[in-house]
Amino acid sequence: MFARGLKRKCADSEDSPPAPPACSLQRQSLLDMSLVKLQLCHMLAEPNLCRSVLIANTVRQLQEEMSQDSAWQVPAPASAGRGPLERLVSTEILCRTPWEQQGGHSAADSGGSPAPDLLSEPPGAPSAQAPRGAPGCAWEAASPRESRGGFQRSLDQIFETLDSKAPRAAEGLFADVDGPYYDLDAVLTGMVGAKSVPGDGFETLAPTGAPPPGVSYKRDLGELDHVVEILVET
Amino acid sequence: MVLQPSERHYRDWSHRRLGPWCSPTGSPAPLSCETGCGEGSWILVCRLLVPTQVSLLSMEEDIDTRKINNSFLRDHSYATEADIISTVEFNHTGELLATGDKGGRVVIFQREQESKNQVHRRGEYNVYSTFQSHEPEFDYLKSLEIEEKINKIRWLPQQNAAYFLLSTNDKTVKLWKVSERDKRPEGYNLKDEEGRLRDPATITTLRVPVLRPMDLMVEATPRRVFANAHTYHINSISVNSDYETYMSADDLRINLWNFEITNQSFNIVDIKPANMEELTEVITAAEFHPHHCNTFVYSSSKGTIRLCDMRASALCDRHTKFFEEPEDPSNRSFFSEIISSISDVKFSHSGRYIMTRDYLTVKVWDLNMENRPIETYQVHDYLRSKLCSLYENDCIFDKFECVWNGSDSVIMTGSYNNFFRMFDRNTKRDVTLEASRENSKPRAILKPRKVCVGGKRRKDEISVDSLDFSKKILHTAWHPSENIIAVAATNNLYIFQDKVN
Repeated sequence: MFARGLKRKCADSEDSPPAPPACSLQRQSLLDMSLVKLQLCHMLAEPNLCRSVLIANTVRQLQEEMSQDSAWQVPAPASAGRGPLERLVSTEILCRTPWEQQGGHSAADSGGSPAPDLLSEPPGAPSAQAPRGAPGCAWEAASPRESRGGFQRSLDQIFETLDSKAPRAAEGLFADVDGPYYDLDAVLTGMVGAKSVPGDGFETLAPTGAPPPGVSYKRDLGELDHVVEILVET
Repeated sequence: MVLQPSERHYRDWSHRRLGPWCSPTGSPAPLSCETGCGEGSWILVCRLLVPTQVSLLSMEEDIDTRKINNSFLRDHSYATEADIISTVEFNHTGELLATGDKGGRVVIFQREQESKNQVHRRGEYNVYSTFQSHEPEFDYLKSLEIEEKINKIRWLPQQNAAYFLLSTNDKTVKLWKVSERDKRPEGYNLKDEEGRLRDPATITTLRVPVLRPMDLMVEATPRRVFANAHTYHINSISVNSDYETYMSADDLRINLWNFEITNQSFNIVDIKPANMEELTEVITAAEFHPHHCNTFVYSSSKGTIRLCDMRASALCDRHTKFFEEPEDPSNRSFFSEIISSISDVKFSHSGRYIMTRDYLTVKVWDLNMENRPIETYQVHDYLRSKLCSLYENDCIFDKFECVWNGSDSVIMTGSYNNFFRMFDRNTKRDVTLEASRENSKPRAILKPRKVCVGGKRRKDEISVDSLDFSKKILHTAWHPSENIIAVAATNNLYIFQDKVN
């Protein structure tokens, strides 16, 4: 289980081989779960602000740790000048919808500068630039390589699960974890409650708009940006 | 009798009792500091539920409410989601017990008066008044529904024959007057018996209306509506000890109201950041000091409590005292902040202590010591290893309340599986009891329950994995002077009292 000592164990294992897969996988799946929760609370009739804030703080903490861990494993690339803080995904943008904005979103903040060291990562991943507005930039700019890829993979898994509505698809995500675990569908059903079928809500996440001209996106990244757009647009 | 258009009288269909209102009879039982909360001393008095069906009855008909009382109010499962009880509160004498539910209704129970003929019925509560406090609304600007669920009820101290209470949903606070009527005027000069105006030409004599007795009727009238002052969801209301003002707290702001003025309120706390993206902390509960009308506390989602003095400045953003316990590094996890979020804060009756409830513990703080609580009680520490699952199914966000007994010697709070826990601060003993239909017969002694953490499970124990997390006791109340408690389990209200030998 996550609860006890996980963080300390990872932090102290500087001499041991790069973070054991179980540790980062658990952290990753926790992060994914949290992001899904944030998206869901965007869809409820009346998002609970306290819950949203707590989840957002958890996400922030997870990403902080993940970026710290990655910093140890991977020597800092050319962007060494930028502090660790700037690498953080701007969760404020993630969470903007749940607690509304006064006036316009200041899109100019966090993550405005394009990321230089962006991903030429797993084959087929899109090339660096995110030509879209601030939200897209924030996503691209922040994550260090490794967690970016991992995050992308996990988001894929989430969307796959939701599209296929196959409960077993989520099992792989939580394979390493012992204890009574609900699969993702049960979680989603439980949260959305009697009002709507989770599938209904998630249809809207499927990308409908065309990516901007001149940029070739993989289907996954298009979905990702679309999700962020939905989150930000309210 | 003609009803004024500005007032809507909610006719009540509790059983009609003969007899005028009066102060509660009977002497209070010895406080629990003498009897303690030891094992085997609590019995079920009654289990009440008020189904939705009752509210569908027409208000115009003159119904034999005694029949309704007997057939609907015991042991019927018409439960719908609207019946889920969302708040429970005794009034200051303990004679009345108010519940609010998800459907926006308030049901008030009154204690059965003692009589020599029916000694065994002492301590029973029966329906006194039922009314629809809040209706669902729609916020057109945000395209969001405003739930009618009653978040909190607070009684005002009684100052005349009528009872007053505040009830609130997410956005609007209402002041309700509950009064009895046992006489009505008859023999009007200008109106006939149905209330229609008589033709002046037919009036030849002069007479004065006379008050004649009638069957007791309990009416609830909305006297004040305090609206449009909260952008975020109201989580707490608290009546000030000056009896003139009260406060309402939402996630980011606290407002101070005067009971007489509904179109204005003072903002006394505002933690909304200039840039909402920097929001990391919200207000979770707030309460006035029971004796000092200038002092109040509010708790936060980061596990801190701030005590403020309204004399210091108009906007109490700077606290007078700041209560926070340093984090235990050995227990640190990703869920540390979530489980430290305080769901309820209550002053002791003495005003010397505050009690806070976070996800796993109840803590008692001395107002004079800010750096740590003086007592910490584990409510269900066996859940500490299950936090990830509880995060996944959202149970980790459940907001449990906590209450003091009349003498501040025992504290009580709820848990899962319809369990609730009591901690005796003097003897340091605690007990776990269950509020469930299967295990409680009226007047039967409650058996203490035990959760088995690991290894061998004894016969009467229940293992952690068998706990039902959908059955949660979030709301409880303790009679102000006697050992009578009210426990809300979904749509059931259980009333227990300690067995008096």
